[in-house]
Amino acid sequence: MAEVDIKTTTINFGPQHPAAHGVLRLVLEMDGEVVERADPHIGLLHRGTEKLIEYKTYLQAVPYFDRLDYVSPMCLEHAYALAVEALLGIEVPPRGQYVRVLFSEITRILNHLLNVTTFALDVGAVTPALWAFEEREKLMEFYEGVSGARMHAAYFRPGGVARDLPAGMEKAIDDYVDTLPKLIGDIERLLNENRIFKQRTVDIGMVSAEDAIDWGFSGPMLRSAGVPWDLRKAQPYDAYGAMDFDVPVGTTGDCFERYMVRLAEMRESIRIVKQCVADMPSGSVKTTDPKVAPPSRADLKTSMEALIHHFKLYTEGYRVPEGEVYAAVEAPKGEFGVFIVSDGTNRPYRCRIRAPGFLHLASTDFLCKGHMLADAAAIVGSMDIVFGEIDR
Amino acid sequence: MAFLDRAARTLLLAELASGMGKTFSYMFKRRATVNYPYEKGPLSPRFRGEHALRRYPNGEERCIACKLCEAICPAQAITIEAEPREDGSRRTTRYDIDMTKCIYCGFCEEACPVDAIVEGPNFEFATETRAELFYDKQKLLDNGERWEKEIAARLAADAPYR
Repeated sequence: MAEVDIKTTTINFGPQHPAAHGVLRLVLEMDGEVVERADPHIGLLHRGTEKLIEYKTYLQAVPYFDRLDYVSPMCLEHAYALAVEALLGIEVPPRGQYVRVLFSEITRILNHLLNVTTFALDVGAVTPALWAFEEREKLMEFYEGVSGARMHAAYFRPGGVARDLPAGMEKAIDDYVDTLPKLIGDIERLLNENRIFKQRTVDIGMVSAEDAIDWGFSGPMLRSAGVPWDLRKAQPYDAYGAMDFDVPVGTTGDCFERYMVRLAEMRESIRIVKQCVADMPSGSVKTTDPKVAPPSRADLKTSMEALIHHFKLYTEGYRVPEGEVYAAVEAPKGEFGVFIVSDGTNRPYRCRIRAPGFLHLASTDFLCKGHMLADAAAIVGSMDIVFGEIDR
Repeated sequence: MAFLDRAARTLLLAELASGMGKTFSYMFKRRATVNYPYEKGPLSPRFRGEHALRRYPNGEERCIACKLCEAICPAQAITIEAEPREDGSRRTTRYDIDMTKCIYCGFCEEACPVDAIVEGPNFEFATETRAELFYDKQKLLDNGERWEKEIAARLAADAPYR
């Protein structure tokens, strides 16, 4: 019998597919049930953030960062704040640094709770998502308590944070995180040994340490492949130097390992949160430099100088010395970096954003090749893709 | 032994049964949902909801048309026009907020030197038409009247931190 040439079929996975995580359009070339080539199409959520920031003052640019990776907003503001602070050459007071670390870690828990459970949802386990969304709601109440918004916080500002924690907040956070290990334990009990979950994730989307580095992975994607790289340890920013925590590292770099690393990271985040609350210093939460931080309301009503500063800051903003700087934080998804070029005016000349998800998504073809169609959903789910930051 | 143990666990669906047991135990947990709109979640004094323009206790508008909110608004949602009144005081003749543009960052409230524009506690202002979301000065002042008690309490509660 003559050999038959099998023609591959091309299918669209997304942009309106429930497992496509937002607006990912994955064009899959299928040989039967097997993925021959995966081609991610992006740009459906492009809003021109980088360009818009060039036309905003340094303070006005803060809310844009919430809207990049809307699952971990405060971490992204953190990168921006660090970059602007480096250009301005200002120090954040210790309390400001601790508050930022505290909320960065709450953000990490928020993000991982969403990712771990929606990943489980992608491979067929609905229950963890129902549990985690309840806990996320409680964590977002802390967000709302400090910033006034559940998601788009605009809380970390260059020079510190917007306002101090309200009275009782530290205690409430401390009490709350004590209940989290139980939830993580419950999720583990449902999934870790579950045969369906393991069949869908173990040895799926494997990546070696070398490949992970070559593809520019960072965060849990890199650590699950066995590279102990964490910016919080490698170049501690803010108060991370004073924190005692471990960096969970995986071995095989498959979907299951990424899930395990994220669960372990949540436990470490709880440790950091508890240390932050225990060692929280007193004092100001933002820099005392009146040229950067707006005056308090009380000063505003009594002091002419404060009023002048206030008017200057909310119209022209502050001028940032000429120069360029790259600041990166260990966002829940990986290394989130902000590169700012300043020309000495009150607006950034250029603001380039390095989104970890972009590089992870770029490896879709590499990870999916040879896997089944259903595994593609598992791989995309385990990559922790959020389109706000990829399309920017 | 390890092999037998594993085989028994696999055959008896041990991990599935344990997981089902855990799921079942959640049936007896206190319910987490609230019966919206009759019950609502907690709101902090910092919550950033629908805008309102406030008045002084004597009924005079607070806003002095300094246009700081217009300047800081990252979404450029605020439009203000002003001219002096007969009595020489500076007041707005037009104060519009395009609520479809607003991103609820709260910068207008932070910028206002006289606590005139505030983001109140109301988050239930959905409308049937888009045009209803283009708020003018009258609508904002009405909001201020409607929510003044809550807004004043919130501002007082958050005053030590601002």
